[in-house]
Amino acid sequence: MLLGIAVGYLFRNRKIRFIHRIILTLIWLLLFLLGLEVGSNENVVRQFGTLGFEAFLLATAGTLGSVVFSWLLWLTVHNKTTNK
Amino acid sequence: MKASLVILSFFVTGLLLGLFHWFPAELLTYNISFYVLCALMFSVGISIGNDPTSFRQFRHLNPRLIFLPLMTLVGTLLGVFAVSFFLKDRSVADCMAIGSGFGYYSLSSILITQYKGIELGTIALLSNIMREVITLLLAPWMVKYFGKLSPISAGGATTMDTTFPIIIRYSGKEFAIVSIYHGFIMDFSVPFLVTFFCSL
Repeated sequence: MLLGIAVGYLFRNRKIRFIHRIILTLIWLLLFLLGLEVGSNENVVRQFGTLGFEAFLLATAGTLGSVVFSWLLWLTVHNKTTNK
Repeated sequence: MKASLVILSFFVTGLLLGLFHWFPAELLTYNISFYVLCALMFSVGISIGNDPTSFRQFRHLNPRLIFLPLMTLVGTLLGVFAVSFFLKDRSVADCMAIGSGFGYYSLSSILITQYKGIELGTIALLSNIMREVITLLLAPWMVKYFGKLSPISAGGATTMDTTFPIIIRYSGKEFAIVSIYHGFIMDFSVPFLVTFFCSL
């Protein structure tokens, strides 16, 4: 990735517009391959419900944690501006 | 939202083909996904290096708001850390790796599959998609109770693309730059944090 940043920076005067298409295509390809692997792995298919539940817990907790912390920052920024 | 559905449909297509074994078995033995992943990381790097304007825009920020990505990071990791004690099958580091996807489900699930296997990769995919959906659905509620920065934090790495319109709508236009800055920093940190927690 760092190599990519360096290459991109070297060519910064030339707009590389097609790179976003390439990224999107690669992501499609990789998720297709991931789907293939998940589908052909019977162990994972059998546990899909449990995995989904674990995913839900992690997503909720992560989001909630970040929301609470952003609230703390919001309070400090907000108080500063209203006191003025 | 449409782009996410397209991406998801690729995963589901793969899933169905795999389920019914409608593909040549050699496709999985050659580890193609690793090489595609390398190509992807290279391309992501090019797109970051190729866009110097995105660095310059960040000078017009309220200095305190520079800490927002840090808040997102700490909050998310504490949240998943707390939950990891209830998930007996998963180690703390595994949960942290999933949490550091910050909603960037395509990249994080691919990385985690590569390092930790297919099971954890699937959780990462589902969990990070859910994070995006939660943000899209609950943004108005978050603004009401947790202030205008909260949907930006909740959106994680997606605040410069998929959740951007929602954030502008409920937090206001003046948060557009913060949202893009936040998404940019989180996007950038995903590959590093995920690989870091996977290596623990």
